[in-house]
Amino acid sequence: MATTLYVNGAHHQVDADPETPLLWVLRDHLGLTGTKYGCGVAQCGACTVHVDGSPRRSCVTPLRRVEGAAVTTIEGAEGRIAEALRAAWIDLQVPQCGFCQAGQLMSAVALLKAVPKPDDADIDRGMNGNLCRCATYTRIRAAIHQAARAVK
Amino acid sequence: MTDITHVSRREALGLLGALGAFTLGVRLRPAAAAEGAAAGGEVALFVSIRPDGRTLLTSHRSEMGQHVWTAMAQIIADELEADWAQVEVVQAPGDAKYGDQNTDGSRSVRRNLDRLRRVGAAMRAMLRQAAATRWGVDVEACVAKNHAVAHPKSKRRLGYGELAEEAAKLTVPAEPALKARAEWRYIGKPVASVTVPTVVRGGGSYGADVRLPGMLYAVVARPPRLYAPLRGVDDGAAKAVPGVVRTVRLPTLEAPPRFAAVGGVAVVARDTWAALRGRDALKLDWGPGPNAEYDSARFLEAMQKTAAEPGTVRRSRGDAEGALKVAAKQVEAEYHVPHLAHASMEPPAAVARWSGDRVECWACVQAPQSARKAVAEACGVPLDRVTINVTWLGGGFGRKSKPDFVVEAARVARAAGAPVKVQWTREDDLHHDYFHTVSVQRLTGGLAADGRCVAWRHRTVFPPIGSTFTAGNTTPSWGELRMGCTDVPFAVPNLRVESGEAKAHVRIGWLRSVANIYHAFAVQSFAAELAAAANRDPKDYLLELIGPPRHVDPRGEGAEYDNYGDSLDEYPIDTGRLAAVVKQAASRARWGRALPPGHGLGIAAHRSFLSYVATVVEVAWDSATKRLSIPGVWSVMDAGTVVNPGSARSQLEGGTLFGLSNALYGAITARRGVVQQRNFPDFRLMRMDEAPRVVEVHVVESDAPPGGVGEPPTPPAAPALCNAIFAATGKRVRHLPVFRDGNPNRLEV
Repeated sequence: MATTLYVNGAHHQVDADPETPLLWVLRDHLGLTGTKYGCGVAQCGACTVHVDGSPRRSCVTPLRRVEGAAVTTIEGAEGRIAEALRAAWIDLQVPQCGFCQAGQLMSAVALLKAVPKPDDADIDRGMNGNLCRCATYTRIRAAIHQAARAVK
Repeated sequence: MTDITHVSRREALGLLGALGAFTLGVRLRPAAAAEGAAAGGEVALFVSIRPDGRTLLTSHRSEMGQHVWTAMAQIIADELEADWAQVEVVQAPGDAKYGDQNTDGSRSVRRNLDRLRRVGAAMRAMLRQAAATRWGVDVEACVAKNHAVAHPKSKRRLGYGELAEEAAKLTVPAEPALKARAEWRYIGKPVASVTVPTVVRGGGSYGADVRLPGMLYAVVARPPRLYAPLRGVDDGAAKAVPGVVRTVRLPTLEAPPRFAAVGGVAVVARDTWAALRGRDALKLDWGPGPNAEYDSARFLEAMQKTAAEPGTVRRSRGDAEGALKVAAKQVEAEYHVPHLAHASMEPPAAVARWSGDRVECWACVQAPQSARKAVAEACGVPLDRVTINVTWLGGGFGRKSKPDFVVEAARVARAAGAPVKVQWTREDDLHHDYFHTVSVQRLTGGLAADGRCVAWRHRTVFPPIGSTFTAGNTTPSWGELRMGCTDVPFAVPNLRVESGEAKAHVRIGWLRSVANIYHAFAVQSFAAELAAAANRDPKDYLLELIGPPRHVDPRGEGAEYDNYGDSLDEYPIDTGRLAAVVKQAASRARWGRALPPGHGLGIAAHRSFLSYVATVVEVAWDSATKRLSIPGVWSVMDAGTVVNPGSARSQLEGGTLFGLSNALYGAITARRGVVQQRNFPDFRLMRMDEAPRVVEVHVVESDAPPGGVGEPPTPPAAPALCNAIFAATGKRVRHLPVFRDGNPNRLEV
């Protein structure tokens, strides 16, 4: 049965089980592979996307729940906050293997939208759901502070 | 010897696309026979300059976060005098002609710095000559700089692209002149990674991101215990799941595991979700197999008994037993590190596509030649019918040098008659890892009346990695022992190292820094325990144990010692360098400063992969809440010549926190042969709020030959942490992890 999805500003017809997690719809059906699978149980944050502007773990979000909603993935993340974060990520050379970084960035965008000038405790709360086995946490924290200063 | 040579279109076909006008390559010795090298003397490691100046080079090592693409490009571009903006990196596939491609052992730069410099230098010399010939001037009057050759006297200048065709006709110089170190412009500089701009836009292709036309998606139901036989399959309900195409039965693994698939039943479907639901619907009847009685808690007791008895002597100096008997004070301690999982953020994934008797695979592998050989053996085809394309790796840490998942993809794709991606779930990853081994060590020290250590006895017991390659192997290898045990550099007059036997019940593999993890944990914890027994400052006592600057050679004392594959002349065990990083780390952490109540500092230092790292950890323990946190970490690494100090600092930060995360939370346990940890709630990793707020690292500037960078940061982290916990609380943690059974960062003292 076909479901209509609105992703990164474009409409898509998806023929998949409505219970299919959004993650696999994005990756397998739409070819948007920037959103990563890391655990499937909302514990690592690698699959983080925005649904109507709020961060969601796409691995536990069924397709039927996002019909008619606006989904944004790392490929479609734009605007001053997203670009300031990307610039800080590059400037501070945050990523190592990079696999978790799409999810990290999507969580960071949501954090700065909610809290434009986060302190360290805000960053802990906003980013605690995103694991990084390379342990780039120190640089992620510094890059969020730097991006927050840059956005003004 | 490497041999730099011209490359024909045919030789580089496919890899570099439209081949440039001027391409050089290096003939390499094929990798070890074990890698199944068939080809010899073929050209590899291409560098190609196109007429528009664009310069492509191959990385034959896998990119897994260590930024090896950037390092390879820095080395070549520097000697070539290339414009960084014109350099692009292409990943090489798995082929023996590339020599050793196994991206582990922290040796990508170590093994390639000289040969890559020579390729770049040869091209620079030829481009200069081409310009001099065209202008009819003396080559010495021509200057190659920033992607162009200039003749300053006549103010003429030609870009590399314009000279490429003529340079390609010249003879390759046998011994091209290398730049002086002072002239390096990319090597030794923190050049930004070439992959990061792609990463932040969700680009790049990891193993799971490969998509082929008509590709199907598969997950595999694997045996609950290693070697458990599959007695019956009912796949009726699985096949009834919409989207499921078929199931494929994989043969049961027989010992030794090597890199074969573990067996089970694959469910092939139209998307990953259908495959997962199909797998859930399988009804499988597993037999007990040989590991049904394996219980990790009971096995720990057995290892403790082994470690309590004398083992096989692996290094001996003086008379440790005699000196222990007459010592003024004897100190004894037992350490345990459980099995650990690699848990790279990207679980294993591989795609395979058959065409006749040829199979092409795409996979996140550290060792593509091992993958090629494993696929060829499993599928019964000659090596040259197998192509392994290396994707980016979402972390490797040693897991992805074991290509069992590529074998699965090749087998399932052949049976399915379509391209297939095999996706491992996190549960698969934690249950079917090649685990970091479990260990028990017992250390005994003898102190003189003045507190000096006069006797050191170290017994180590662990199921060896060799069990993965030889059925029934229970004996620790020299290669594992020299990682922090037989190479102990302490200036102790009487020293004895023994090993005990232990049987493997799971697949054992190497994990970032390998046996150094548990050996450094025991040795550096025990050094602090001796300091406490002698009532001395742990940093001062550690320096006293390390002793005066000298070169240590364990070979004179009964140990076989291969020094990570490099000579002791070039890479001695240098106690001066070890002591220097201890002093620098202590100074940067302001060792000895007044600390708030409940805080403590711990220090540890270790040489591994020919590099030296010292780490100081500060912990804070709140006696009211029992909560333990890590406010700060200071780490100093001397890795000799470093190609990219920026990424070396990243590795030092990440490798240290990797070690802390494992020490705090890491444990894989088993009951009735079944791994108990299912996903991240059970196998915890450090999170943002648990990471130290202060992480200060320093990479020593050095002219010494390059050592490893990716692994050496990890070993000192765990002992520095536990030494800090002791300083803060008086509690000595000898069995890891620090937090057990989901205890939320609370430590009972």
